[in-house]
Amino acid sequence: MNEKYLPLGATIAVFLILFLTGGLLYNHFFSTLVLGDILADNAFVIIAAIGTTFVILSGGIDLSIGSMIGFVGVAMANLDVAGWHPLASGLAMIAFGAGFGALQGFIIDFCEIQPFIVTLAGLFLLRGACFMVNLDAVPLRHPFVSEFAAFAIPLPGEGFLASSALIMLASLLVAILIAHWTAFGANVYAIGGDRVSAALMGVPMRRTVVKIYALGGLYSALGGVVYALYTSSGYPLAGTGTELTAIASVVLGGTLLTGGVGFVAGTLFGGMILGLIATLINFNGSLNGAWIMISGGLLLFLFIVLQRFLVGSLKFGAAR
Amino acid sequence: MTKETLSAGLAERAPLVGVKALLRHRMIWPVLALALILIVDGVISPGFFRIRIVEGRLFGSLIDILYRAMPTATVALGMAVVISTKGIDLSVGSIIAICGAVIVWRIHAGDPHFVILLLALGTGLLCGLWNGMLVALLDIQPIIATLILMVSGRGIGLMINLIYGGTNPSFNSALLQGLSVGHISLIPTRLVVGAGIFLLLWLLTRRTAFGLFLESVGGNPAAARLAGVNTRLIIYSAYLISGICAAAAGVILTADTHTSDPVSEGLYIELDAILAVVIGGGSLSGGRVYLGGTLLGALVIQALTTSILSSGLPPEYNLVVKAVVVLIVLLLQSSNARTALVSAIARRKR
Repeated sequence: MNEKYLPLGATIAVFLILFLTGGLLYNHFFSTLVLGDILADNAFVIIAAIGTTFVILSGGIDLSIGSMIGFVGVAMANLDVAGWHPLASGLAMIAFGAGFGALQGFIIDFCEIQPFIVTLAGLFLLRGACFMVNLDAVPLRHPFVSEFAAFAIPLPGEGFLASSALIMLASLLVAILIAHWTAFGANVYAIGGDRVSAALMGVPMRRTVVKIYALGGLYSALGGVVYALYTSSGYPLAGTGTELTAIASVVLGGTLLTGGVGFVAGTLFGGMILGLIATLINFNGSLNGAWIMISGGLLLFLFIVLQRFLVGSLKFGAAR
Repeated sequence: MTKETLSAGLAERAPLVGVKALLRHRMIWPVLALALILIVDGVISPGFFRIRIVEGRLFGSLIDILYRAMPTATVALGMAVVISTKGIDLSVGSIIAICGAVIVWRIHAGDPHFVILLLALGTGLLCGLWNGMLVALLDIQPIIATLILMVSGRGIGLMINLIYGGTNPSFNSALLQGLSVGHISLIPTRLVVGAGIFLLLWLLTRRTAFGLFLESVGGNPAAARLAGVNTRLIIYSAYLISGICAAAAGVILTADTHTSDPVSEGLYIELDAILAVVIGGGSLSGGRVYLGGTLLGALVIQALTTSILSSGLPPEYNLVVKAVVVLIVLLLQSSNARTALVSAIARRKR
């Protein structure tokens, strides 16, 4: 097996081990019902994390994800009150997300400011915009929302794939195509691997950076649309801290935060692992929410140390 | 040598006169931003600058800004040290949450309060040890290494609270009360504490070789190592300093609220602290430690918050205004954006 698939393999192995452990510990855990639930519940995080994967592959970071999810929800709820069809407002918000991301990318590249700071300002701006629009949860009342929630494809067993999970899987497929079968995808890997060499090789830096953050914004807005439809409401505090979960999903999925190494598909399993841990702890019943945070951190630690030694032997070993 | 240090070197050799030299100075933008905010405040609410003495202590909007900025400023000073080594510490908010939980736990266990103070600082040191181990010994990228404690720290705080069965336990403590709202003659105690921390760090970075080592490690780690600097030790100590600073802020914040609430205590303080460092002229790519600028940065952030609240704008506008001001300060600091702005103005004049 090629060495670059090792982190991805480790991620999938951890996912399977956790799932099997759950199956051994609890009745009814080992079923497509639980699997479908995990996919549906975490669809919005994973969608946002897929976009973040591109940003992180390029060596950047996007902190504005959680606020984008909140803002999209609030905006959709208000457009719903104004009589828009959720599909129309959803598409408008996805376009807004791409535009906002592109603006962030432009500022990062043109002004040479660290992505961390620019997207931090984006986080404040969008969350503040949520509060300016309204402070309470606004329900989405359009009949389409309940149709969306009811739609599902049955799986063998008792389980089913909810519409949010279907959107997530479709967007993952598109992302894999973009990452591995387009010139843009190759450019992302090139910039993340070595910025200077990429520029010397003729990678159009500004255009690529703007596109990367636009893609990140587009995916987090899509995550926001799915979240709003899934919860059928817009709440200004929705998605607080989702950027961390998304980044953790990307890291657990085997993508290096230094950029240039990783797979979009890994992010799916990274996000599923985090969802699985939460489900396991909920199944237990006697453990509380604090365990979700601690086990998430612990797992992150194990993965990072594992990656460190894997990559240490691959990359730095060769350089020294 | 980077472009920045090169131009700084040139500026030193050929001293510019008057306004131009002033505009080149790195502190000019944060000072201008702070002055602008305060002037706007003065215009909006007359009496903004009035400082009175009420019940034997100083009282007024300016004192209030200093008072409220102190925890963030303390965290930001530690952050400035970490950032100068090309690092970042995302876990400071979680360290504050853990410290709060430890303080309340030990108070309920009946420890002497002075010991509890030391325990809280020790907790910060312990967190710094953990972060430092990951970054300096295991060579893990700082942003991920500290993400681990950031993600799990609030959970640890909740677990500590569960040790004795309280969810959001409250407490009474004369010592902590004194640190929070007490005052030494006219000046609030926490400002004295903050000034003490600043002075200590300033002496450490400007009057000992440690500051030089810090900047050399951040500027070019390989060169620093070849020159005989123990880079691992320097990076390690930066995270220890950040941990202790966060713990000090944690003590004050916990004393303010009389309770331990790990979920929301010190939430987003890491972002404010990093912002303060950047507004103060520090670069996230390391190599420079500007404690004075960082202090100014923290004051800019707090002055902004205070003036939004006192100007009668709804508090919902706070985040948006903050984001816009931050962007403006950052754009002014970027030479590319400045050139574009200047040439746009010149074109219009023609």
